[in-house]
Amino acid sequence: MTKGGALPKGFESPSDLGSQEKYEEVKSSSKTITLKISKFNPDKDHAPTFLEFPVSYEKWTTVLDAILEAKNYHDHSIGVRYSCRQAMCGSCGMNINGKPRLACFTKISELDSDVVTVEPMNNFPLIRDLVVGFERMFSTHKRIKPYIIREDSEISSGTKEFLQTPEDVEKYIQFSSCIKCGLCNSACPTMAADSTFIGPQGLAQAYRYIADNRDQGKDERLKIIDERHGIWGCHFAGSCSQVCPKGVDPAMGIQLLRGYLLGYRK
Amino acid sequence: MMSSIMRESHIMKIHYLTALVAVGFVIIHIMIRFTHGSFANSLEFESVIANYKSIPYAVVLEAMLILISVHGFNGLRIILLELKQGNAYERAVTYGCLAAMIALIAYGSRTIIMASMGMVEA
Repeated sequence: MTKGGALPKGFESPSDLGSQEKYEEVKSSSKTITLKISKFNPDKDHAPTFLEFPVSYEKWTTVLDAILEAKNYHDHSIGVRYSCRQAMCGSCGMNINGKPRLACFTKISELDSDVVTVEPMNNFPLIRDLVVGFERMFSTHKRIKPYIIREDSEISSGTKEFLQTPEDVEKYIQFSSCIKCGLCNSACPTMAADSTFIGPQGLAQAYRYIADNRDQGKDERLKIIDERHGIWGCHFAGSCSQVCPKGVDPAMGIQLLRGYLLGYRK
Repeated sequence: MMSSIMRESHIMKIHYLTALVAVGFVIIHIMIRFTHGSFANSLEFESVIANYKSIPYAVVLEAMLILISVHGFNGLRIILLELKQGNAYERAVTYGCLAAMIALIAYGSRTIIMASMGMVEA
């Protein structure tokens, strides 16, 4: 058994588990899958190839653990972006067995497959292997003005906190959980066809600020998204909401946002 | 582009409204077909010409022509704009669809007017 994904962190030797027996018990319970990693460098290669690695895993082993095991012990050149390992930073989004997921938030055991295939996310420009460029997503995110717009400010002298009721917060709180991982944009069928579509991430964030009663930038944002490649590009496939690891429902946000433009929401 | 002439939300309001109203007119059209004359003979030449000569029915047909043309060509424009992007292409698609829509309405209206005025004979 190799290190990395097989045992939980801090339990790499018999002494960590208290006894040789306990170590053997944990060690013997591990299973093995084949990890297939897409390798492709657009500057050098003509087409992606898949490297295969046998990786042992426990019920707590994540796909990111398995990739890092392959990177640490088999092929140092594997390109993968990650940081927090706890679904907070949104760095390790990738296609895992064909579905966009966070590698650090996906346990191998829950995939119920002997082969785990990891590929870069769709609808993003590929940098190398599993790493994609986020420039377009970050620029559309910035374009919808993702901040509270109003004349006065909480930090101006003479002003107080902008108080909200729980009902006010309920209107947007789920959308503020977005970690900008890009899984929704990767799953979106419109993003695949329309290179100028704002995307579910940007649209959901537009709703997050428009629905916030402290914000006064509704008209500005509605003007930005009210275009052919803006909110009207959404066909309500709903795949963005299915893949969000934080429970955000961008498809619902987009439909609610349409209400402002069609005049049945104020 | 059409978007620069009208806001996209206004275009989409027209798109949704034309679909809803067209459904209403199609129901009226089908009801008339079932209740007036023989349904089996409704596509015979004399029967079709007779429909146009009824002014209220000609108005229903004209309304359907306009509603379905507006909705259909805007739908086509939406599909084509999603397939490919670029200013020149988008302008060509938008104005092309607008021109095709106007041409179809004009040609269809000409047929309806000529038939209702008795200018079409067997």
